[in-house]
Amino acid sequence: MAKTVEIRWHGRGGQGAKTASLLLAEVAFNAGNFVQGFPEYGPERMGAPITAYNRISNEKIRVHSNIYEPDYVVVVDETLLGSVDVTAGLKSSGAIIVNTEKLPAEIQGHLSGYMGKICTIDARKVSLETLGKYFPNTPMLGAVVKVSGVMEEEKFLNDMKKSFAHKFATKPEVIEGNIKAIEMSMKEVNGI
Amino acid sequence: MAIRESLSGNEAIALAMKQINPDVLPAFPITPSTEIPQYFSQYVADGLVDTEFVTVESEHSAMSACIGSQAAGARTFTATSSCGLALMFEMLYVAASSRLPITIACVNRALTGPININADHSDTMGARDSGWIQLYSENNQEAYDNFIQAVRIGEHKDVMLPVMVCQDGFITSHAVENLELLEDEVVKKFTGEYEPEDFLLNVQRPIAVGPYDTANFYMEHKRQQAEAMSNAKKVILEVAEAYKKLTGRNYGFFEEYRMEDAEAALVIINSTAGTAKEAIDKMRMEGKKVGLIKIRVFRPFPFDEIKSALQNVTAIAVMDRCEGFSAAGGPLFVEVRSAMYDSLKRPSMVNYIYGLGGRDVRVEDIETVYNDLFKIIESEAVGQIYRYLSVRE
Repeated sequence: MAKTVEIRWHGRGGQGAKTASLLLAEVAFNAGNFVQGFPEYGPERMGAPITAYNRISNEKIRVHSNIYEPDYVVVVDETLLGSVDVTAGLKSSGAIIVNTEKLPAEIQGHLSGYMGKICTIDARKVSLETLGKYFPNTPMLGAVVKVSGVMEEEKFLNDMKKSFAHKFATKPEVIEGNIKAIEMSMKEVNGI
Repeated sequence: MAIRESLSGNEAIALAMKQINPDVLPAFPITPSTEIPQYFSQYVADGLVDTEFVTVESEHSAMSACIGSQAAGARTFTATSSCGLALMFEMLYVAASSRLPITIACVNRALTGPININADHSDTMGARDSGWIQLYSENNQEAYDNFIQAVRIGEHKDVMLPVMVCQDGFITSHAVENLELLEDEVVKKFTGEYEPEDFLLNVQRPIAVGPYDTANFYMEHKRQQAEAMSNAKKVILEVAEAYKKLTGRNYGFFEEYRMEDAEAALVIINSTAGTAKEAIDKMRMEGKKVGLIKIRVFRPFPFDEIKSALQNVTAIAVMDRCEGFSAAGGPLFVEVRSAMYDSLKRPSMVNYIYGLGGRDVRVEDIETVYNDLFKIIESEAVGQIYRYLSVRE
């Protein structure tokens, strides 16, 4: 029986939501899963709302549509909460993970009455402390793996180390920061 | 040994090109196929291929450069989409009639008006009569497999025609998915070297390419070109058989999915076939006899084979991701309906125009099409033949 987890990412063009979805696909693939990672493209430019998706399954994935009833939603930019219906179709058995310095109880009122789990992570703080610059996608990736449990944490961290070593072969100085960002984010994500 | 990988459709094509290592690759960028020459140019820069990479000022020039180099005797690839393919239009005919087996990766995108960057098949369907072989791909695996097979099909001495390998823009071109790759040396051995009987740079046997053809000979040349397209059918199956021996993956003119006892069937091209398979499995659990024909080879069109595959079905929906503006249905519908004219029990047939300009198609949308077919079967009335799926009226 196929067991498929579906994840929808909301971000703004340039913040790396698409890259994060592709990274998640890569680590889930490395853990032995069938994966899909894809962005929804329009005329978006820097700063415009964008959507990206992941499917992670134990069986071959054949569906090629967007995701309308996700198990998890990741919001990379909290300013989207007022303009995009981020919880549309989100399963109450799942969770939403928002990048904000606020606690889950403080943003609950902005989520259209969503009854499932609400998690927050201050990706700005994590990113500034570990990377010295604001790149929210790596901390958000750590948070979504932690909250969704789509793969075993230790295996995930080991895979990320390998992946970053490959990706940043010419910039080894950023590898440690990115790994720290993931670890810190997995520790600091708040959930209710 | 198969190599397990996760790649986007564009990466998969670029990698197939790298493994084959063509002599020449002229290209001009256009969304959503831009990544293909982009990745490939990196391979060139890194010295992983010894291809002559030619940057040109338009797609018309890209195809012209392909024609020049292939005629000279060099294996040549390119990639394009939408308006890029349209700008090549004149040269597509020159390539095919000069019998030059160029291989092009075409990433399907709506052919403009209003401008749109997303998937539909109006670009390659517009080129369906240009004399190119057309192979279509449901997913990244098929895009990769089709591209490798395309080279051997086009270059076969009984064929000598250019081949277009198509996949859906963004839906597969920009989606990372699992696939199985072959080792470089296995691909190189499978595709071999390009060895044309005649070529421009052969000083021993000088030839002219592309001179004026008089009325006294033009028709014979067209007849030969048509004969080559007929010959391609045999070669496509031979190449598929050889590829199956390497990979275990089965390719033909089309894929039949749960057709053995199907009462209602869809005929469809590219990525939505996967979504439809999901709908079929769901409806089969409910006891509904539904199936699917997924077209892989649109040119040459598998006329007799389609008839045999569909003749026992009661109702058929032919799905066109392209408006033909005939006011009577899309291009795939016309071909399939024509094929069914000679069948003994002519099934009821309707046409759906769907997914234009990237309109998303969900499993539920496909279920509504099958449910419409069951209404036709129950009422024994076809009703409207030419329909639209998921459109605001």
